[in-house]
Amino acid sequence: MKARIHVTLKDGVLDPQGRAIHHALEGLGFGGVEDVRAGRLIELTLADGTSDEDIDAMCRKLLANMVIENYRVELA
Amino acid sequence: MKSAVITFPGSNCDRDLAVGIERVTGHAPIRLWHGDQTLPEGLDLIAVPGGFSYGDYLRSGAMAARSPVVGAVVEAAERGVAVLGICNGFQILTEAGLLPGALMRNAGIRFVCRTVGLTVENASSRFTALYQPGETIHIPVAHHDGNYFADDATLDRIEGEGQVAFRYAEPVNGSARDIAGVLNAKGNVLGMMPHPERMVEPQHGGTDGARLFEALAQSVLERA
Repeated sequence: MKARIHVTLKDGVLDPQGRAIHHALEGLGFGGVEDVRAGRLIELTLADGTSDEDIDAMCRKLLANMVIENYRVELA
Repeated sequence: MKSAVITFPGSNCDRDLAVGIERVTGHAPIRLWHGDQTLPEGLDLIAVPGGFSYGDYLRSGAMAARSPVVGAVVEAAERGVAVLGICNGFQILTEAGLLPGALMRNAGIRFVCRTVGLTVENASSRFTALYQPGETIHIPVAHHDGNYFADDATLDRIEGEGQVAFRYAEPVNGSARDIAGVLNAKGNVLGMMPHPERMVEPQHGGTDGARLFEALAQSVLERA
C-alpha cells in the first residue's frame, strides 16, 4: 500500500518560499494569482495492514513539525 | 569545565566551537559523533554546533534531532546538564523538543551572513550572567533558516518567563519579536542563531562571544 503525506504550513505562518513563487509567477506575466503556499509531498510505500495510528505517529514524530505544519494522509 | 561538542554528518562549526571553548575555558571539549548512544560521565556542557547536519534534509535539524546522540542529550538536559545549540544546533534543539518554537526560512529568502547587534534580554542565566541586562553585543550570524516562529501564546509565555535570552537589535531574518536566542523553562538549555564562537579573540573583531563561555565555566565552579 502507498500513503501520500501532504505537509503544508499552518494558516498564519509566513511562507517566504510561496511568496517568492508568487512573485516569479507575476514576473512571468500571469495575473490573477492571489496567493501561493508551498508544501511538501512524501510518498510512503508501506507493508499492507500498516495501521492508521502508525502512519499518524510517523507524521507527528518526524514528517511534519507540528509547531508550524499540518499534514494530510491520502491512502492509495 | 567538562564539555562535549557533537559532530553530525554536515556539521561545519564543530571545530570552531571546540577551539573557542578551549581558548576561553582552558579545557578542550570531548568530541562526540552523531551515532554515539551514550555520553561521557559528568559532563557540565553539551554543545551542538552549526552547519548543515544531514544536508538539512526534510527540515533543518530534523534528522539530527532523531539521531542516537540527541536522545542521550535530551536525557542529560532533563537531568539539568547545560546544553548550548548554536545555529543548526538551535534548529536541532527545537526539532528535538528541548526548546519551544521552530526556525523557518529567512523572511527575505536570502542567506544572511554578517555581524549583528544583539540585545541581552536575560542576563541571569548560566549562559548570560556575564552580560548586562539590556546590553548590546555584537556576534556574527550565518544562516538561511533563522526566522524564529512560535504562536502568540507561546511567545507571550516565553517572554513572560524570561526565556528570551537575546533579541536582534534590528530586524535580521523576520524572527517573531526579533528573537535571536531562547532558553528552556529551567534555564539549562539555550539555543541561539548567532555564533558566539566566532567572537572570542580580538582578531575576530571582538570578544563578546567569549563571555558566554566564561559564564558557563563560572557557573560550573559555583555549582561545585
